[in-house]
Amino acid sequence: MKKNFPASVRLTLSLIAAVGVFFLLFWLEGQRTEQGMLISILQKSVILSIAAVSMNLLTGFTGLFSLGQAGFMAIGAYVTGLIAMPVSSVDNVFYVSGMADGLRSFKESLSVLPTPLLITLALLAGGLIAAIFAALVGIPVLRLKSDYLAIATLGFSEIVRAIIAAPQLDRITNGSYGLKAIPGFDSGGGRGSLLIPFGVAVACITFIVLLIRSSYGRAFKAIREDEIAAEAMGIGLFKHKQLAFIISSFFTAISGGLLAMFMRSIDARAFQVTLTYDILLIVVIGGIGSITGSIVGAFLVTFAKEWWLRFFDQPLVINGFKVPLLRTGFRMVVFSIFLMLIVLFYRKGLMGNREFSWYRLLSWPARIGRRKKSLPSGDEEALK
Amino acid sequence: MTRKEMTNGRPDTAKVLVTENLTMQFGGVVAVDKLNVVVHEGEIVALIGPNGAGKTTAFNVITGVYTPTNGRVRLFDRIIAENRPRGKMKALYKGDDAGQYKDDVVLTPDKITKLGVARTFQNIRLFKSLSVFENVLIAHHTNLKAGVLRATFGLNRKEEKDMHEKSMELLSIVGLDHLADEVSGSLPYGMQRRLEIARALATEPKLLLLDEPAAGMNPQETLDLMAFIRDIKDRFGLTIFMIEHHMNLVMGISDRIYVIDFGRQIAEGTPVEIQANPDVIRAYLGVDE
Ligand SMILES: Nc1ncnc2c1ncn2[C@@H]1O[C@H](COP(=O)(O)OP(=O)(O)OP(=O)(O)O)[C@@H](O)[C@H]1O
Ligand SMILES: [Mg+2]
Repeated sequence: MKKNFPASVRLTLSLIAAVGVFFLLFWLEGQRTEQGMLISILQKSVILSIAAVSMNLLTGFTGLFSLGQAGFMAIGAYVTGLIAMPVSSVDNVFYVSGMADGLRSFKESLSVLPTPLLITLALLAGGLIAAIFAALVGIPVLRLKSDYLAIATLGFSEIVRAIIAAPQLDRITNGSYGLKAIPGFDSGGGRGSLLIPFGVAVACITFIVLLIRSSYGRAFKAIREDEIAAEAMGIGLFKHKQLAFIISSFFTAISGGLLAMFMRSIDARAFQVTLTYDILLIVVIGGIGSITGSIVGAFLVTFAKEWWLRFFDQPLVINGFKVPLLRTGFRMVVFSIFLMLIVLFYRKGLMGNREFSWYRLLSWPARIGRRKKSLPSGDEEALK
Repeated sequence: MTRKEMTNGRPDTAKVLVTENLTMQFGGVVAVDKLNVVVHEGEIVALIGPNGAGKTTAFNVITGVYTPTNGRVRLFDRIIAENRPRGKMKALYKGDDAGQYKDDVVLTPDKITKLGVARTFQNIRLFKSLSVFENVLIAHHTNLKAGVLRATFGLNRKEEKDMHEKSMELLSIVGLDHLADEVSGSLPYGMQRRLEIARALATEPKLLLLDEPAAGMNPQETLDLMAFIRDIKDRFGLTIFMIEHHMNLVMGISDRIYVIDFGRQIAEGTPVEIQANPDVIRAYLGVDE
């Protein structure tokens, strides 16, 4: 058995931590003027963590290597943006070719809803439409072997982007002008800029964790381990892959919808392949097959990229001596080195396929000493 | 006793598995050639033959891994596979009875498992990085009633609890309950074979296919396995169809034996008959015809 604290202790610790985080977020929101940078990085981190956990559901738990994240996020972002955008802003945003009449009257009929409900509906609609796309795309694509699946989903993602930007859809997606005036998290008036994205993330990730722990999650793992054996045990490959793909795409689109609310204005260029790579990076850094890893990875990568390494982008002059290398873009070089180091020293990502446990966290200092001692024998093993 | 008498001697036992002219041809290689097997309810039937004779391929066709090139497979009264040479295979096909099987029946392996066929693999295929317990638990999934939302929100608690209990029970039957939390891939070979059988039983089969269950076992382990197979057969009311090379095991446990060589069926009968059959002796000694 794995060592752990009794359930009651774990529950108490978790409750304390949850309440602590809640008040921390609540307090931070009050400091919006001083802490604007921190708040926006936290928002982005938590939004990406949903996409990363969704990707991990496929890659880490079902063994499906899909690279369609940006496409499903784009679907979520556009659907959410279109539904949530206030009718009063439509003319301003669609100033070139106007909005399609059907869409406009649909929005007018929705405008009776209070904003929080409208936004909830907008996010869910984004998820559902992405899920429908996933179901359709999944029919041909999920029968492919792993590498081809990655390429096919990557292609799908690019097609989505191209269609969104297509001039023929100007009256729906506003073509290359993109969507603007998307309500942000604080549009309800109250404190929501952190609590909303964190709340949605907790709900989404909890669902995925429960799914993974259910019998279906075990079936996904069986497919990851050995497709032929899984099928021989009565697990329908297509059915279960399709299920994982649809659920993952649903939550990826929710993440995209939150991203639209975070950015306030979006266009198709925000959903390039690089977005998929960012999420893949988070999953790999955190550990393929670890939900905790994907969450930690999302925060780590976003903080490193957007904040901690900013220092390297600023030219620095000490006593008239201009420190070499420090200029715009150097941050990304340092970031890449940092990635290589992680991959070198933690080949399976920071968490491997383990999950967070209070016991592991609190016994961490003690284990560092032990790990050093056991290293040589580990090396021997590697040489065999 | 001839085959006819055998069959007539069991008028009231149902035929669990019937293969009719079952043929599997890979390109120009005929791996299984007109196999006609009948397995009755409650029997232990063995399929033997030299290496490369096509035994595993026959299992793969029966369980839906491959679609047969020609012929038919029946499970109870249901046709679970039927095919005839088509496309490129029409020209390549080496048999003479093409076109006799008009229907197309193709079931994926999971569907066939749901109909009550479970199997083990010659090259053990456990879910290696998962625990011993999880391996058995996963196999119960095929009989799960709850949908994905019910299962996710834990609304099928009773069902889930039953699955856990049944898994633990199966592990204790195969004597692996004390290793439930071990990583299955780290078990010794013999235990992995037992675990694979436990996992197959978890799907609640009527027909169990064992592909060389004694491979890699020493004589004592083989004897234990023989008792074990008899035990699970009685306990779960199984019908067993197995491939095996250990002649002691085959002769000691089987009600009937089919022998194939180069894909072709060369003999069928009771262990005593098979041991006396000149064709079988020739095939096994490798004497040229
Ligand atoms: N997928 C395949 N494609 C092509 N040829 C195959 C395939 N599977 C099996 N064969 C061929 O079919 C023949 C029978 O193989 P099979 O594995 O069924 O033999 P076997 O009787 O199980 O032998 P063993 O006792 O060694 O397990 C072999 O010649 C093999 O090379
Ligand atoms: Mg074989």
